[in-house]
Amino acid sequence: MMKILFPGLMVIILVGLVFMGVQEANLHLLFGITIPYVAISIFIIGVVTRVVKWSLSPVPFRIPTTCGQQKSLSWLKCDCLENPSTTAGVIGRMALEILTFRSLFRNTQTELKQGPYLVYQEEKLLWLAALAFHWSFLVVVIRHFRLFIEPIPGCLSLLCSLDGFMEIGSPVVFLSGVALLGAVSFLLLRRILSRKVYYISLPADYFPLFLIIGIAISGILMRYFTKVDVVNIKAYTLGLLSLQPVIPTDVSVIFYIHLFLVCVLLVYIPFSKLMHLGGIFLSPTRNMANNNRLKRHINPWNYPVKVHTYEEYEDEFREKMKKVGIPVEKG
Amino acid sequence: MTLNDILAKNRESIINRWFDLIVDSYPQNTADFIKSEKNRFANPVGWTIKKGIEDIFEGIIQNKSDAQFFPILDDIIKIRAVQEFTPSEAISFIFLLKQAMCEKIAIENTELFAIESKIDTLASISLDIFMECREKIKQLKTNEGKK
Amino acid sequence: MAKEPKPQEIISQINYKPPQKAWMDIPVEIKEGMFCYGAKEKSLQTLDFPNARAWSVLDEDWKLPEKWDKIVLEGMAERLKKYRSFKIFMDICVRCGACADKCHFFLGSGDPKNMPVLRAELLRSIYRKNFTAAGKILGKLGGGRKLTIDVLKEWWYYFYQCSECRRCSVFCPYGIDTAEITMIARELLNLLGLNIEWIAGPAANCYMKGNHLGLEPHTIKNSIDFLVDEIEEKTGVRVSPTFNRKGAEILFVTPSGDLFADPGTYTCMGYLMLFHELGLDYTWSTYASEGGNFGFFTSMELAKRLNTKLYSEAKRLGVKWILGGECGHMWRVINQYMDTFNGPADFLEVPTSPITGTEFTNAKSTKMTHISEFTADLIKHKKLNLDPKRNDHLKVTFHDSCNVARGMGMFEEPRYVIKSVCNNFYEMPENTIREKTFCCGSGSGLNASENMELRLRGGLPRANAVKHVQEQYGVNMLACICAIDRAALPPLMNYWVPGVDVTGVTELVANALVMKGEKERTTNLRGEDLSWIEDEESKSTDETQIRV
Repeated sequence: MMKILFPGLMVIILVGLVFMGVQEANLHLLFGITIPYVAISIFIIGVVTRVVKWSLSPVPFRIPTTCGQQKSLSWLKCDCLENPSTTAGVIGRMALEILTFRSLFRNTQTELKQGPYLVYQEEKLLWLAALAFHWSFLVVVIRHFRLFIEPIPGCLSLLCSLDGFMEIGSPVVFLSGVALLGAVSFLLLRRILSRKVYYISLPADYFPLFLIIGIAISGILMRYFTKVDVVNIKAYTLGLLSLQPVIPTDVSVIFYIHLFLVCVLLVYIPFSKLMHLGGIFLSPTRNMANNNRLKRHINPWNYPVKVHTYEEYEDEFREKMKKVGIPVEKG
Repeated sequence: MTLNDILAKNRESIINRWFDLIVDSYPQNTADFIKSEKNRFANPVGWTIKKGIEDIFEGIIQNKSDAQFFPILDDIIKIRAVQEFTPSEAISFIFLLKQAMCEKIAIENTELFAIESKIDTLASISLDIFMECREKIKQLKTNEGKK
Repeated sequence: MAKEPKPQEIISQINYKPPQKAWMDIPVEIKEGMFCYGAKEKSLQTLDFPNARAWSVLDEDWKLPEKWDKIVLEGMAERLKKYRSFKIFMDICVRCGACADKCHFFLGSGDPKNMPVLRAELLRSIYRKNFTAAGKILGKLGGGRKLTIDVLKEWWYYFYQCSECRRCSVFCPYGIDTAEITMIARELLNLLGLNIEWIAGPAANCYMKGNHLGLEPHTIKNSIDFLVDEIEEKTGVRVSPTFNRKGAEILFVTPSGDLFADPGTYTCMGYLMLFHELGLDYTWSTYASEGGNFGFFTSMELAKRLNTKLYSEAKRLGVKWILGGECGHMWRVINQYMDTFNGPADFLEVPTSPITGTEFTNAKSTKMTHISEFTADLIKHKKLNLDPKRNDHLKVTFHDSCNVARGMGMFEEPRYVIKSVCNNFYEMPENTIREKTFCCGSGSGLNASENMELRLRGGLPRANAVKHVQEQYGVNMLACICAIDRAALPPLMNYWVPGVDVTGVTELVANALVMKGEKERTTNLRGEDLSWIEDEESKSTDETQIRV
């Protein structure tokens, strides 16, 4: 239970911290300017360091997990996506993996074929929820660019209008926000209610979920309920971006909470499992072609090893070999 | 209504309860998995137990002979014989049927006696099967050792 | 009645009862039947491995070197620098649980620490504690724990309960491969002399004598000569293999298990017959007499030390290329490691079938071709005179060996061969074959006898699928292309699915192969009567006559 309570409490404390800081102690400068700058710096430096560190470790062997027919005889159809032998195939495989979570989907396949009763519920939901979560998160992030770019490019406006195509409410409800909150709540519930997943989970698995829920809720509150003044905010974000920061005027504490939680998330990413967003690109079982026998892979730290040579072997068994007529080097 | 009719009528609820009682003898998160996963190949243990107890139950209702129970019991016990159960633990799943029935239906004493004897018989057959399985495992070990 | 304990209460006394505690708080309990005996002093000495000593797994004291924890942590640091795979797999797991129920050992045992994610967490928790900021500062809350002797024993117990089959890796959204983690963990354990004898013994044999079984050159020749006699008895054809012959075109390498124990020997007879029939200019080697590589289950360095012999012997004998027999992990090593270990093999030529002229361009650099690729090519070009009817008493299904499946992707070649030599072939269910194939439960050096319960548990998912096709189609023969399978599947079938036998694919080929100058085959290679063929033939002639 501690592993859920502790991270949950952490997020509540963080929220409380901003609330006190902004509402009581008037630390607008700290929460509005200093922390965002620090967070962004840590995020960028942290992510870069992490990726660089990963890439500093070499890939000594070519070890793709092959999930389809290899390319061998010309008349056998090979599976160029699940078992790619070319770079194009690898790119295709990675794209499937990153954009559609191909491997996670594999979980559900059997069930789809086996009808009539529904099994594999949880796995299917996991794939769906993961997909919904990551895609809506991406849309939400991209959508926020409208606060950072002036004038807003056409494609961004298009995305926003697509996202709000249901045209419910005022301001228009963005589907991505709803999907994000729904998906992340499902992922959290799954981690708590599925005993199997609960058992393997760590505090570090709950913390980012609580954090993202906090971010989503504060964002939704801001947009639909406290109805924050977007013009003010945009002036603030553009100021941040042009390195001439100004403290936004007339914005509620909810905005600061939202902003601070985002900052915490940014700082948290490079030190956590959330780095999987970068790691997947470097995963040797997925990003390598299965052309092992065709093209030699070089291990940069390959070193000579002690071997038992043929000469040593023959010395030991020469007489026995001669007796049964096995040819030897030294008569 | 005869006892068999009552049993037939409550077939599903008794079997489900029986299954839950058996599966609860596994670690909790494993038990969840065994219960939730319905695919025969993704969950051989759960599937075999479920299928096995359904067949046993059916056999009891249809008054099948002891010999006919043998292959069904064999499937389940084979699994339990490699899962670190003691003999008594391994065959205790049979007795759990009593509990499942008690919980789900009201039975007259006289009838209860008949069905309980059946269950006791099944248990003793199970014990034989279990010992055979263990014997076979021992044999497999020795055969391997010879190689 | 009320006073008697309810059955459920009896069951609740079972010590197998749910661990309510977090997994980190449950100390390892080493259970009989679930582990292999520790490596012997002599085996480790032969291999120049550290901390060779007499020890027993069940003893409290494992006689570890002083500062063993320092050795392990330094070993980890070194490997984090050497393997990107290790580093990334330590960092990016999100514990989504997709792999949890994909491990055959978990499916058969229900032990949570057999879930791939937890198996890896055993190591990750130590990684976090010692190599990450969060683990160092937050300790347990950061997912870290201290490296203690209990943790070490837990590692030993569970990393020798992983068969490195890579099935979990297929389902992982990041491709995290538990095999890779197990290999590193075993390397770390080997720094302390913590191997199992079933691996260290064969590896030591292989190092000194050229093969896992420790067959000396004259014994190899005698074993094969015995098979030659058998072949003559069954077919009337005398085949004449050569050994260590310089100037042969092809060096043939196969696992030594096939020389020695049934049913591998029948597969070996199959090789001999096939090559004779083709008039192949090939040789066996007594020095490179092992295709398999138990070093691969120990450390990369030992894998390389054992693997070296293949190329160096090919060079010494002056062959043009190497042909490899049916084996699982042997092919993982050849396909993904050999060229990197010991290449470039520039003294060899691109494998080319002397019969069909086909150039095996997929092996252009490594210069080694799989017998199934070679045979499939022969059959496609109609170079073999086959009579599949001789296998008509068999209803065959095919078990994809893990390493060939997920470390190579060879699915169609063996199936093509089987379908060409057998009339009755049935697939097992989709989620138990090809890339999703279930392990035999004995891979990665776990096919000892003392851990039979573990093997039977691990083999349950596979056996369960075989049982299904047995019930459905009457399948009575399980074909495979792996020597460990041929050793491990028979007891597995014997226990779970009596009535199903195990065969290598080349045995099926040899039984169907009509050889030049052969006598009428009255039995197959196993000595089983084939007189039913005649009966059927006369029956069908009768029918034709009636129709006429």
